[in-house]
Amino acid sequence: MSCQIDIKGLVKRFGDNTVLNGIDLCLQPGERMAIIGPSGTGKSTLLRCLNYLDRPEEGRITIGDLTVDAENAQKSDILALRRRTGFVFQNYALFANKTARANIMEGLTTVRGWSKAQATERADQILSQIGLGDRGDSYPAAMSGGQQQRVGIGRAMALDAELLLFDEPTSALDPEWVGEVLDLIRRVADGRQTMLIVTHEMQFAREIADRIVFMEGGRIVEQGPPSQIFGNAQDDRTRAFLRRVG
Amino acid sequence: MLDLIPVIASYVPLTLFMAIMSMIAGLALAAVMAVIRVIKVPYLHRIVAVFISFFRGTPLLVQLFLFYFGLPQLVSGLQNLDGVSAAIIGLTLHFSAYMAESIRGAILGVDRSQWEAAASVGMTQKQVLTRIILPQAARTAAPTLMNYFIDIIKSTSLAFTLGVTEMMGAAQKEASSTFLYPEAFLVVAVFYWVIVETLSAGQRRLEHRLGKAVSR
Ligand SMILES: Nc1ncnc2c1ncn2[C@@H]1O[C@H](COP(=O)(O)OP(=O)(O)O)[C@@H](O)[C@H]1O
Ligand SMILES: [Mg+2]
Repeated sequence: MSCQIDIKGLVKRFGDNTVLNGIDLCLQPGERMAIIGPSGTGKSTLLRCLNYLDRPEEGRITIGDLTVDAENAQKSDILALRRRTGFVFQNYALFANKTARANIMEGLTTVRGWSKAQATERADQILSQIGLGDRGDSYPAAMSGGQQQRVGIGRAMALDAELLLFDEPTSALDPEWVGEVLDLIRRVADGRQTMLIVTHEMQFAREIADRIVFMEGGRIVEQGPPSQIFGNAQDDRTRAFLRRVG
Repeated sequence: MLDLIPVIASYVPLTLFMAIMSMIAGLALAAVMAVIRVIKVPYLHRIVAVFISFFRGTPLLVQLFLFYFGLPQLVSGLQNLDGVSAAIIGLTLHFSAYMAESIRGAILGVDRSQWEAAASVGMTQKQVLTRIILPQAARTAAPTLMNYFIDIIKSTSLAFTLGVTEMMGAAQKEASSTFLYPEAFLVVAVFYWVIVETLSAGQRRLEHRLGKAVSR
């Protein structure tokens, strides 16, 4: 089968620190991929490069019929890429000056040119999907971490992106809110939304992912179905990491 | 002394006109300059830095004289520049320099993740600024900007040195014709004071409301 998302030779350096050292990945349509690995290994940087929040020095990103080449990416390519990817941030990063509903509407009205009425209707649908049907008028500052992250996910869902990127979506949460956010991500995953999720929740990754990618030192060390990575990892580094995280 | 009150009061509109015009123009200019500095528009941001440095580094009175007495000799189109216009131009440029710096500080105070989240949904840089960053920066900068507005109101009294009869000018005229010097200047002082206090009270109420809005 052909790749819906095709990443080739992605390289990212900060000064003379090479953080991504030639990443190749292929996601099938509807594939849910989890990235695991020690911290400082470049997992966040990889997701950020896929959204051009960090600009890679080398490599090609293809999403559907759009290809963005690091060597000659123009502003318009980057905007087009971002329209096809949704990003869920570790710290939620909701627009602080906007209500929950307006956070979800923003991409629809400002970026996709929907009318306010259409966007409101869609946002209200999403609010009830994420279990916040009654919090549409709340500002982020008045919501719990769990609620904020659910809005963060709703904001990304609203874009109907071909690829959703989750960067440790539960790491900043108090333990009491982790469950509700994982439940929501599980439901998004059940809809066969193509997604890349960086997580330290091994049990969760094993449950929802079609494929686990183990990264270390800016490289992909090993990848395969959860049963293989968690049950029968081939690489010593993978096994050592999994022993450490329990 | 009571006779002075209606006389001075009739000049309140001119004082407010100069202050409001200078504030509006100054704010617009300040926002543009702040953005130019934050996103470091090539070349332009250096020019803006020099502009700000000059208008913060020289006395307002000198700047007003420069515009009123100096410019008309240098630029032929400005020969008929009246005192009110010169005062508004001077106040605008002077205070825009200060306000640009406080808006810039407020923009830099907006968390980087707000820029990234806005970019990640596909907004252009202009949309990120106008829809997400500037509204948040405005809220932070509002109290400081309000203080500059108060400063502008008080500084309009310098227009009197350009021959404009505004509140201060009127007080001076009344004083010299009636010899009621202490009375005239006391009345005008109280007028400034009341205007400023009214604004401050409004500002406190507004801040209270804004504070409540985001914690709903
Ligand atoms: N903006 C940046 N400037 C310089 N170095 C950075 C920046 N962002 C990340 N790094 C470096 O890149 C490496 C990988 O970071 P990151 O992608 O956050 O790792 P992970 O998400 O796997 O923990 C780290 O060594 C980090 O210090
Ligand atoms: Mg990370």
